[in-house]
Amino acid sequence: MPKIKIPKSSPSIDMTPMVDLAFLLVTFFMLAASFRPSEPVTVNTPSSTSDKILPENKLMVTVDNKGRAFLTIGDAEARKETINAVLAQYGSKLTSKELEEFYGLTTFGCSVKDLPTYLEASETERQRFESAGIPADSNYNELVDWLKSAITALDNRAVTLLAEAKKKGKTPNYNEIYPKLVIRADGKVTYKKVDKIINSFREIKYTDLNFETIPELSGKTKE
Amino acid sequence: MAEMAESGGGHKEGKKRAKKSSTRVDMTPMVDLAFLLLTFFVLTSTFSKPRIMRLAYPAKNEDKESEAPKVKNGITFLLSKDKIFFYTGEFFSASKPGPNGPTTLKATDFSANGVRKLLSELNMYVLQKKEGLAKKVQMKQLADTTFLRLMDEAKVQPDALKVLVKTDDKATCKNFVDLVDELKIAEIGVIAPVEMMPEELELLKQNNK
Repeated sequence: MPKIKIPKSSPSIDMTPMVDLAFLLVTFFMLAASFRPSEPVTVNTPSSTSDKILPENKLMVTVDNKGRAFLTIGDAEARKETINAVLAQYGSKLTSKELEEFYGLTTFGCSVKDLPTYLEASETERQRFESAGIPADSNYNELVDWLKSAITALDNRAVTLLAEAKKKGKTPNYNEIYPKLVIRADGKVTYKKVDKIINSFREIKYTDLNFETIPELSGKTKE
Repeated sequence: MAEMAESGGGHKEGKKRAKKSSTRVDMTPMVDLAFLLLTFFVLTSTFSKPRIMRLAYPAKNEDKESEAPKVKNGITFLLSKDKIFFYTGEFFSASKPGPNGPTTLKATDFSANGVRKLLSELNMYVLQKKEGLAKKVQMKQLADTTFLRLMDEAKVQPDALKVLVKTDDKATCKNFVDLVDELKIAEIGVIAPVEMMPEELELLKQNNK
């Protein structure tokens, strides 16, 4: 009996178009992606139709879903000035290693007393830090002192930046140089808890605040 | 698996061919890597940049309980969890009723026919002005900066709606931001987030059951 020959088709497929597409997408996502520095808490902000984009230069207080406060100081120089001012005010000291650690930290949240332990902890440990959050109660409010020092530091920094810009003969953009005060509150937290933070701002006569939100379509109504 | 070596397919013995090396390269590892990167970037990237919504708070006056300024066209929103109550004009408690008796609360919601419709009716003055000015801008009779300045002026006129926002213990931050956003959509210039009075809280509790 003659053998029936089955034509052998090659099992390989031409993958070139698929690879092309994959790399195209990789390139797209790589260029479009923007990375945020890691934060000690995840916060889901509410949405708004505002079209103003969150600036880099900001003083931000994050309020997580438990109402704990975290502070973000955008400018690294101002951060150095702030911590030194606050430490002097509270009469506490940090080792140079701990200070170095703090300078690199954009967002932090703990009481001044807990700072050494907080700074020593690793990033994942910080996320599980029990006494996280800057005290902002009306009877014991550390946040107000942080805000006061941070705003002073940021203003000093703005003055230097303005002088530098003028020296170079540029017209400085005041909006960019002066930091925005931003509140980044979780949508689920009760407003009363956010109000405590806002009152800390109001106590030192800063009332022009901004809420961080995610964008939404203007025609949409909320359910 | 670029090419499987084909053997036995009709080659006659003795005939020797120069071995053709395949021009194809094994792309599998590269594809693996490409997809790995793709997955990574898809999962980590955030597209929408966060926005900020400006809200000016009244300055804190410690020494005196600041009396609410008299406004011609005012509305007060009392915000509870996912619910909005409001009354227009001044507040009259049950013990001190005004000309139309004590204040009663009306309820509304975040739907298109709720608070948005209400605000667009009450703030007709500013919205109509905006429409007229926007038309002028379109016909190039008005510069953009002038438009913004005139809008800011219109928002503080006596006829423009002024809003007080008061929250109870249960209202979430989302409720608050949503309401303020609705106020911004309705072009309301004077938004004052203030503390709730005890009488108002009592009234809100009666309504919010």
